[in-house]
Amino acid sequence: MLHLNDISLTFNEDTPDEKKALQDIDLTLEKGDFVTVIGSNGAGKSTLMNVISGSLKPDIGTVKIDDKNVTPLPEFRRSNYIGRVFQDPMAGTAPSMTIEENLAMAYARNKKRMLRIGVNKKRRELFREYLLTLNLGLEDRLNAKVGLLSGGERQALSLLMATFTEPNILLLDEHTAALDPSRAELITKLTGDVVDRFHLTTLMVTHNMQQALDLGNRLVMMDKGQIIFDVSGIEKQNLTIEKLLHEFKRIRGEQLVNDRAVLG
Amino acid sequence: MFISMFGAVESGIIYALMALGVYLSFRVLDFPDLTVDGSFVTGGAVAAISIINGVPPILATLLAAIAGFIAGSITGILNTKGKINPLLSGILMMIALYSINLRIMGRPNLPLLNESTIFNSIESFWEKVGIDQALNGLVGVMGAERLPSTWSVLILMIIVTIIVKLMTDFYLRTEVGLALRATGDNEKMIRSLSANTDNLKITGLGISNSLVALSGALVSQYGGFADLSMGIGMIVIGLASVIIGEALFGKKTIARTTLAVIGGAIVYRIVVTLALRVDFLETGDMKFITASLVIIALVAPRMISARKEQKRRYRKQLALNNKAKEA
Repeated sequence: MLHLNDISLTFNEDTPDEKKALQDIDLTLEKGDFVTVIGSNGAGKSTLMNVISGSLKPDIGTVKIDDKNVTPLPEFRRSNYIGRVFQDPMAGTAPSMTIEENLAMAYARNKKRMLRIGVNKKRRELFREYLLTLNLGLEDRLNAKVGLLSGGERQALSLLMATFTEPNILLLDEHTAALDPSRAELITKLTGDVVDRFHLTTLMVTHNMQQALDLGNRLVMMDKGQIIFDVSGIEKQNLTIEKLLHEFKRIRGEQLVNDRAVLG
Repeated sequence: MFISMFGAVESGIIYALMALGVYLSFRVLDFPDLTVDGSFVTGGAVAAISIINGVPPILATLLAAIAGFIAGSITGILNTKGKINPLLSGILMMIALYSINLRIMGRPNLPLLNESTIFNSIESFWEKVGIDQALNGLVGVMGAERLPSTWSVLILMIIVTIIVKLMTDFYLRTEVGLALRATGDNEKMIRSLSANTDNLKITGLGISNSLVALSGALVSQYGGFADLSMGIGMIVIGLASVIIGEALFGKKTIARTTLAVIGGAIVYRIVVTLALRVDFLETGDMKFITASLVIIALVAPRMISARKEQKRRYRKQLALNNKAKEA
């Protein structure tokens, strides 16, 4: 489904600020895989996301979605295949437009946009049905401006917008990190539900180890631009935070220095 | 009095098309587009030179709108493909258009005195209908002393402006229109929803400037000449109309806002006309009046709502104090 082949990317090459953000990344996601990605700050998780979404181009290597090489495609063309939720709850929705208008824009993600009305009666019903699954009462506020919603509500809406058109790949970029614990829990639960419901092939970056263990069927750990640990199936189910930290120490020979990761 | 107000409303509604264009760039795309000062003249210039060369007025006006579209698109290309800052792209285009407009016209001023324009060609048809007599009779009864020579300009422009407004409303509700609005609202988000924001900006600015040029073409036919300097300060007049309109008539929905912008353009003309009747103000003071109006329209609503908020808090405190006293 998603195939990353020998991806490398270096920022500020040949300067004192040179940073090897990604080094020889090989990663294949089968259809329906839900992979969580963890790693300390600067490990290259977000860069990996941006390379997949197309907002960054790798120096070498190819990105394939469904055996189609998408490496040369600009971000907006790749979004035909990719749904994405950002860390910032404000980033995934247009604040001065209504809930139904936002959904209509998401609805057009994998279609050609035409000169026909974006929100018609039929679509409004469809949107209402999808909003019902969030259980936040948003289905009664279709004409409310999204800017009036709380951060949690906006992130839930972003999640719905990224998923209800059933993208080939779903990218979640620390999408619960900016929320308070109870909202984060809600979004985590919704994420699990929605991925199950649409059988989405998902890649989720998180700083929260518990979340990485709870969600998904496969876990990938990154450090210094490389994938250093990759488990799936039963082995992943039996993982604990202690085991993960131990694993990191064994591979790297050093402590995982990241308060957020440990506390999470 | 009636006749000068009539003139103000008449020209206000012609400039309303320009204000709608400014609304599209300034509010919808969130792009402060200074191309307007140039493309307004381009519209007037293309219409005037075409009419002088025997092109039918309606066609000449459409050509002007197309020329405006091209000018706006180039500003969009400078910004998106050339990665030039929005303000600077507009300024560069405005300056370049000054020379281009002079080339189009051949000289700084083109009179249209004995040419057929959209307005005088409709007037001849209009006179046969006899609506003028009826309307003039009506306002005559209401006490107006001097009567307008024709109502055709006003009524034609009301029809044209309403059509343009309804088309704009429709466009902004289509799938493409939603993406255009999102480009001005949250560009990163709409790009992640597979919209080509570069193309949206280029077409958006094109449409915006085609409305501006359309307005310029009509203004030159209304006034009977095209002049190289007729666009100076046009962007500020457009902004004044948008801001005054939104402040007075609200901006709850798209349809409401476009109507407010048209209203704002008319109110702006009325205020300027009234201001010029004050003895010590001269025609040359118009730009100053415009700038003052924009400042007032920007500052006043904020001051009013701050005052309301203060009163509300004061009342709450008072109620609380009274409760404490009772207890």
